[in-house]
Amino acid sequence: MEESGVIKKFLYVNRRAPYGSIYALESLEVVLIGAAFEQDVSLAFIDDGVYQLKKNQATDGIGMKNFSPTYNALGDYDISKIYVDKDSLEERGLTLDDLMNLTWEDENDNYAKKPSISLVNSEELAALMEQQDVVLSF
Amino acid sequence: MTLHTVNKSPFEANSLETCLRLARSGHSVLLFEDGVYAASKGTKFEAMLIKAMQNCKVHVLLPDFEARGMKTENLIAGVNTVDYAGFVDLVTESERVQSWL
Amino acid sequence: MKLGIMVSEGPYQHQASDSAYNFTKAALEKGHEIFRVFFYHDGVNNATRLTVPPQDDRNVVNRWSELSKQYDLDLVVCIAAAQRRGLLDENEAKRNGKDANNIAEGFRISGLGQLIEAGIQAERLVVFGD
Repeated sequence: MEESGVIKKFLYVNRRAPYGSIYALESLEVVLIGAAFEQDVSLAFIDDGVYQLKKNQATDGIGMKNFSPTYNALGDYDISKIYVDKDSLEERGLTLDDLMNLTWEDENDNYAKKPSISLVNSEELAALMEQQDVVLSF
Repeated sequence: MTLHTVNKSPFEANSLETCLRLARSGHSVLLFEDGVYAASKGTKFEAMLIKAMQNCKVHVLLPDFEARGMKTENLIAGVNTVDYAGFVDLVTESERVQSWL
Repeated sequence: MKLGIMVSEGPYQHQASDSAYNFTKAALEKGHEIFRVFFYHDGVNNATRLTVPPQDDRNVVNRWSELSKQYDLDLVVCIAAAQRRGLLDENEAKRNGKDANNIAEGFRISGLGQLIEAGIQAERLVVFGD
């Protein structure tokens, strides 16, 4: 499935909470399929999007599938650049400890497990966005 | 240069606010669909938009503005108007498009 | 310039499909190439040939079909999103044991890879949604 030669910088921008609408789940589906194309992928979680990464999601009571464990698999797909907007997190009374501990294995460092999530401020996020070739918004 | 598009009324969603927080100097912002209300004079978001215009170029999709009962004289001074062909030009002149859905 | 379009909402409920259509048409009329229009989320509902809008309203689905015919436009509906929402072509209907299909002329059903490919191949990608 890989496109030969071309590697573009893809940013997936997630600004919606899970379960209330399908955007979060279907965004994740694009990210997983997109991983096969071996592009330079980053994920940004902004505004209500930060709720997608909340720990302890328990959906038994609403009869919907809890898809949050899938975020843990992103590291296995070589997706290690996950940026969380610090302002959005703080506005919601959350800290990094409230989010799932997502990791990836660094093959250049004896497969050491490293955190995938970086907290970024507005300036860092704006700079990151400006480096992208393709921005997919969900 | 990035083209940011905002299609939500600022009264309904914080898309415009987040967009303006993360847009950099020299970027363009296109207000369309319900986003156009932010371009009209006299709303509580007027000051926010005028401040943003010091760094960013703000455009409004005129067909969407007019569809909602507004005329160019209702526009905040300095906001540029485009039609769909102008929207296309904004896209091709920018390096990327960021939709603030 | 080569452009890609993503449509994330269905017809009528939101303006997204109208905006995407007006944008796409304007781009084609200006001589740009539209590499692909990809329909995702509820956007897949733009591809049902069973819509019956009132006569004095625009026909969102037919408009896309006609634009596709006129410009040989590639209209792709995400298969996973489509199946969830009851959008099936003849093959998918057969494969899933369903007694009907409903894809309008000019649309084709394919995988999410088509969206990524559009991101890679097109020089700009524009997302229309809610």
